[in-house]
Amino acid sequence: MTYRGAKLAVLAAELSAVVGPDGVIADRQRLRTYECDGLAQYRVVPGLVVLPESAEQVVAVVRACAALGVAFVARGSGTGLSGGALPHAEGVLIVTSRMRRILEVDPANERAIVEPGVINLDVTKAAEPYGWYFAPDPSSQQVCSVGGNVAENSGGAHCLKYGFTTHHVLGVEVVTPEGELVWLGGTTRDVAGYDLLGAFIGSEGTLGIATKIVVRLMRTPESVRCLLAAFPGVDEAGAAVSAIIADGVTPAAIEMMDALAIEAAEAAVACGYPEGAGAVLIVELDGPAAEVEHTFAAVRQHCTAAGAFEIRVARDADERARFWKGRKSAFAAVGRISPDYIVQDGVIPRTVLPDVLRRITELSAGTGVRVANVFHAGDGNLHPLVLFDEAKPGEAQAAEQLSGAILDLCISYGGSITGEHGVGIDKACHMPRMFTTDDLDVMQRLRRAFDPAGICNPGKVFPTPRLCGEVPGKRKGVHPLQAAGLAEQF
Amino acid sequence: MATSTLGGLRLACADVAEATASDTVDGVAARWVAWPRSTEEVSAVLRAAAGLGLRVVARGTGTRLAWGLPPKGLDLIVDLSRMDAVLAHTAGDLVVSVQAGVRMVDVQDALAAHRQRLALDGADTLGGTVGGTIATAASGPLRYRYGSVRDLLIGITVVLADGTIAHAGGTVVKNVAGYDLCKIYAGSLGTLGVITEAVWRLHPLPESRRWITATTPDPSGAAVAIAAVRASQHDPTALEIQRAAPGDAVTVGVAVEGVTGGIDARAQAVADLLGAAAGVAVAVAEHPPGWWGQPLPAPQATVTCEPTGLADLLTNGPGSLCGSAGAGVLACGLHDDDRLGTDLARLRDIAQRHGGNAVLRSAAPHRKAGLDVWGPVRALTLMRRLKDQFDPDHRLAPGRFVGGI
Ligand SMILES: Cc1cc2nc3c(=O)[nH]c(=O)nc-3n(C[C@H](O)[C@H](O)[C@H](O)COP(=O)(O)OP(=O)(O)OC[C@H]3O[C@@H](n4cnc5c(N)ncnc54)[C@H](O)[C@@H]3O)c2cc1C
Repeated sequence: MTYRGAKLAVLAAELSAVVGPDGVIADRQRLRTYECDGLAQYRVVPGLVVLPESAEQVVAVVRACAALGVAFVARGSGTGLSGGALPHAEGVLIVTSRMRRILEVDPANERAIVEPGVINLDVTKAAEPYGWYFAPDPSSQQVCSVGGNVAENSGGAHCLKYGFTTHHVLGVEVVTPEGELVWLGGTTRDVAGYDLLGAFIGSEGTLGIATKIVVRLMRTPESVRCLLAAFPGVDEAGAAVSAIIADGVTPAAIEMMDALAIEAAEAAVACGYPEGAGAVLIVELDGPAAEVEHTFAAVRQHCTAAGAFEIRVARDADERARFWKGRKSAFAAVGRISPDYIVQDGVIPRTVLPDVLRRITELSAGTGVRVANVFHAGDGNLHPLVLFDEAKPGEAQAAEQLSGAILDLCISYGGSITGEHGVGIDKACHMPRMFTTDDLDVMQRLRRAFDPAGICNPGKVFPTPRLCGEVPGKRKGVHPLQAAGLAEQF
Repeated sequence: MATSTLGGLRLACADVAEATASDTVDGVAARWVAWPRSTEEVSAVLRAAAGLGLRVVARGTGTRLAWGLPPKGLDLIVDLSRMDAVLAHTAGDLVVSVQAGVRMVDVQDALAAHRQRLALDGADTLGGTVGGTIATAASGPLRYRYGSVRDLLIGITVVLADGTIAHAGGTVVKNVAGYDLCKIYAGSLGTLGVITEAVWRLHPLPESRRWITATTPDPSGAAVAIAAVRASQHDPTALEIQRAAPGDAVTVGVAVEGVTGGIDARAQAVADLLGAAAGVAVAVAEHPPGWWGQPLPAPQATVTCEPTGLADLLTNGPGSLCGSAGAGVLACGLHDDDRLGTDLARLRDIAQRHGGNAVLRSAAPHRKAGLDVWGPVRALTLMRRLKDQFDPDHRLAPGRFVGGI
């Protein structure tokens, strides 16, 4: 047995005492269940899996890891799309699936307190009878965990108007990488001191493990109106989006799909979108009826003026769900038209949307790699689906290259490499294109304040020599985590 | 020594001078003032200051330098007033990039020409600079709907104590690349770095607005009315209260904004709701009441509480009260005499019963001396470590922040 293997054996025994024998998984076959998250091209079988049931147990598990200097990774539902929950072969994967209690739903105080493993949609289900809901609504909301949402600062179709997870969390109980239980934020706003809550949200599991989350609840809107508009092409649809925004309207959501994405959705779920559409827009407005009625009329006009050849207005919740069905199933649907695909998550300023889409089309034509576009048009968050067939030689590589070129395009237009899926392991090597060495070093200072030993989800978010080879740009001295003797763990 | 220091600073920045009698921070006199014109110049000044071991406080218009505690020592004021440009406003993207020394009111004027705004209001906020607004996390009535600095700031450039220039966030609203360092600068009182540029998310200016107010002698009636508005679907942008002194009547104010076609119906719906809940007469106006978004004179505290704590606060809270009852963040004006300490303790007591706290914001330095300005602070160990990472020699605004940071 290797030295690290011996450490894991010691840990397995210690942790069984903490969480009970059925809360520790050491069997290779069962460990394989956890070898990847939603981004299956990265796979590592974890050294050990632990399933704690309470914050106290998480504290004990983290302390045991810290004492032995063993790396650990938190995992919620494993739907992440950037490899954030990718385990370490010689580390511990701490899975929150046994921490699924909704501890409190308090409509009078407009909040719920939940354990990290609670499924996103279950919060809304618990609050709905009182007329409230949890706003962040990632398309994965039927399965993803609130702890994962916090770690990724997840968004959803409706974040255009309502913001991201960071706008809907008041406080988090966190087990720090040294095994201390602390509260960041609380049950009110403007808690004294640095906004460490804000720094923790979106830190992709690198600053500690959330064990309780105080989420804000929002009042369900009085009126929701939804339309589906079909355009000859993406240029016309893009123009409609610009016109709506320029008019001062803030829709709850504006989603766009191009011809190829529509084709895939039709094949998969027969969503029945207007025939011959080169692009469709789904625009949803919500709020007080007196407001929505007027703005909805304006939105319809903008769509028509921009060249929509058909506009359908949802008559009821069922029809609205049908409009959304095509959009929400889009990722999975491309499986119908291509054996393999890469989902990108780049963001661009909304005003350059037509330019960027044209450039993507050119890139696609130039390389023969097909790209289906589905995106949150209102906030410029693209989800190009780059299609390929693993079985055909060279296709995977061509798709990788194209997908990297799309990220470069986003950066060159002043955008971001990720709008909601996170950097994780997948985009860590792209970070130096967006940030200077100094920027990244300063982020590492924050990380060191939380995790001086570098054992909490190491190797994620930041580029490492092992992962990226020679990192472009000049690095001042040795990488801090390397200096701490942890570089091998990446 | 003094001349060589001045000489050293002049090599870094063209505009440096000996401080004058007015160059003080919360009663502490500075020795030198620098007026850099760019992020690079701020970096050069801070590198020079690091070499000389100078303690530094950044200054905007100086309106909120009395927040927090006086610095434990002060050598150099870095004055951002010459970095006052709006760098880029792309109206179609609802984003603006600005230098930190620009006054908020100037930003708003530039945006208003495009029927847009940065959703941070309040007379106090508007008078300050962008950097000062971030460093103090100042907010006004609009925070009920749009949040505060932390919710609207999407990109930042700062210079750390050692002169390192760091960016975080970006120029697009939706962005999760890297740690969101914007958050830790919001309300950090200049203790983590000098903010030089900021990128903000904007919102369209509404076509029409209405203010609905109701004044009741019964504080719990006011709390009931506020709860009714919160639980309604009228989607107001602001939900404020105002009370001059304990025992006085409480005024509840609601702002509704939106398209002209729907505004009167919505205002009337809110008025009906307020009237029924508080059992008093209600007024609807096209302009805000005089107290709307006005700061309280020092000494004043910021008091926070959960929504259900409001009745207790309005009934038993000392001093004058005003602010966002909707967000649970209010200002409390306290007596500028020996009662300050006991009143602050009482206020904090009430707040803590409801998950909140009371922080003494501004008061004359001699009044703050000996008082627990901040109240209990969670996760202080992590905050100290963060400070050590960003400013290991503790030269940036030393002692102004929580726990002696
Ligand atoms: C079909 C599909 C659609 C999706 N749509 C969206 C979308 O619309 N918007 C969007 O934003 N995302 C979307 N995602 C991505 C993903 O669902 C979200 O990132 C989600 O928040 C991840 O939650 P999870 O519980 O699965 O986390 P995991 O994948 O288990 O983990 C994600 C990260 O969170 C960390 N983590 C998990 N729990 C904790 C904890 N308790 N404390 C600290 N760190 C923790 C992990 O270490 C990891 O870094 C989609 C994914 C899929 C598969």
